Amino acid sequence: MIPLHMPLSEEAIRALHLGDSVLLSGVMITARDAAHKWMIDTYIRRTRPPSGDDEQTYAALRDLLRGGAIYHCGPVVAGLQTKQYVFKAAGPTTSIREEPYQGEVMRHFEVRAVIGKGGMGARTLAACSEIPGVYLHAIGGAATLIAETVTRVQGVLKLEFGVPEAMWVIEVADFPAVVTMDSHGQSLHTEIEKASRGELDKLLAG
Amino acid sequence: MQDLTEHFVELIRHTSTDLPDDVRRALSEARDREALGSVARGALESILQNVELARQKISPICQDTGTPIFFVRYPAGWSSRALREQIRAAVALATENAYLRPNAVDSLSGKNSGTNLGDEAFPSLHFEEVEGDTLTVDLLLKGGGCENVGAQYSLPDDRLGADRDLQGVRRAVLDAVHQAQGLGCAPGVLGVSIGGDRGTSYALSKQQLLRRLDDTNPNPDLARMEARLMQEANRLGVGPMGFGGATTVLGVKMTSQHRLPASYFVTVSYMCWADRRRRLTVRGDSQTIE
Repeated sequence: MIPLHMPLSEEAIRALHLGDSVLLSGVMITARDAAHKWMIDTYIRRTRPPSGDDEQTYAALRDLLRGGAIYHCGPVVAGLQTKQYVFKAAGPTTSIREEPYQGEVMRHFEVRAVIGKGGMGARTLAACSEIPGVYLHAIGGAATLIAETVTRVQGVLKLEFGVPEAMWVIEVADFPAVVTMDSHGQSLHTEIEKASRGELDKLLAG
Repeated sequence: MQDLTEHFVELIRHTSTDLPDDVRRALSEARDREALGSVARGALESILQNVELARQKISPICQDTGTPIFFVRYPAGWSSRALREQIRAAVALATENAYLRPNAVDSLSGKNSGTNLGDEAFPSLHFEEVEGDTLTVDLLLKGGGCENVGAQYSLPDDRLGADRDLQGVRRAVLDAVHQAQGLGCAPGVLGVSIGGDRGTSYALSKQQLLRRLDDTNPNPDLARMEARLMQEANRLGVGPMGFGGATTVLGVKMTSQHRLPASYFVTVSYMCWADRRRRLTVRGDSQTIE
């Protein structure tokens, strides 16, 4: 188990390789479909003008994400009425939906770790080599176990996106994940896809 | 007619926080098959710890508590309209208690209702009037990751060399497992429906997911194909979470129905390892959840 602390240094990222198990500590931000689309539309491709609290949110994100980690997660949160937020269940969501946006978001904010499940594609892998960054695979569905590693909810951005889609700023201690895409151009997902395709071809030939 | 709202809340709580014993057993057997020290074994160990912790803490196994899908079989004398209202009230209460994540999003405005109540189709309710005096309500909580990797094939399929027979069905199912990779939170359970129209075929493939993993299909041809597909799908080596490994599926459950001469659909519904299904049985004044 390799301990990693946010913000992440270039050296820490370059030292990681496929199959390494890591334990993350520090601050991370949850962001999924609505958040990625909002970042891209408002601040990266600029297809819509900022409105409401967009500017404050963006300023907060610039600080939080530099060398930081984005977690693809839509949690179950208790304490919504009292704003004493507690993460009850917080496993990863499927990452590939963010493939059209992730590389650009990583470059724009200098994000060094993206955490999710199922892996991502060529554009994100290229961004990982460049920045450098890594894709970390959390255990899908292990939501209560992962919620236990969330020691504090610092706050929430864009709660109007809904609880699953909001950007939750959380502190974690020893959050477990596996490196499945590294900064050296390697992807475990590509390897497994290829190997299982070979087995499928054999089965269909029979 | 009894007000069953509180029992429906209990059904939801059980389903979201406590995995059935056959699924727990299948997961622990899967862990034992993976090599010591492998990431696949590590993933299954985390999964099993999580299942235990969720049960102790009465907390959702997975944060994606999914689409609540209810299959209600009611004897004469019960009002399906009243049951619908009670189930919807229970879903809102269970959401307030954080047994369910608010998951109902308006497709046009993008707004989350915050209560898990959407239009007529959310939660998803199926009603059937049955003989006898027993009311049964099956609940499946099916997350979005696995729902997104479901697939429907129209045979013949040239790319797969799949004809309109059980061998063609086999090819389609194996392709679906390969396409899904780890995205449906492998190791998953496959509900497969052969025939029907597109809509009924999807509905029936989901109904197959209500079966226990250790049961046997009453149709011997389908029983043989279930066993074969289970073994062959695992040969693909996708493994837990798509990390590679010995177990890609925990179960294959198949059904078939009549079809049009022109159509031959094979529908695969993929259920993640968090195979959350429970049944409420009401007989007279007694209510049990299993």
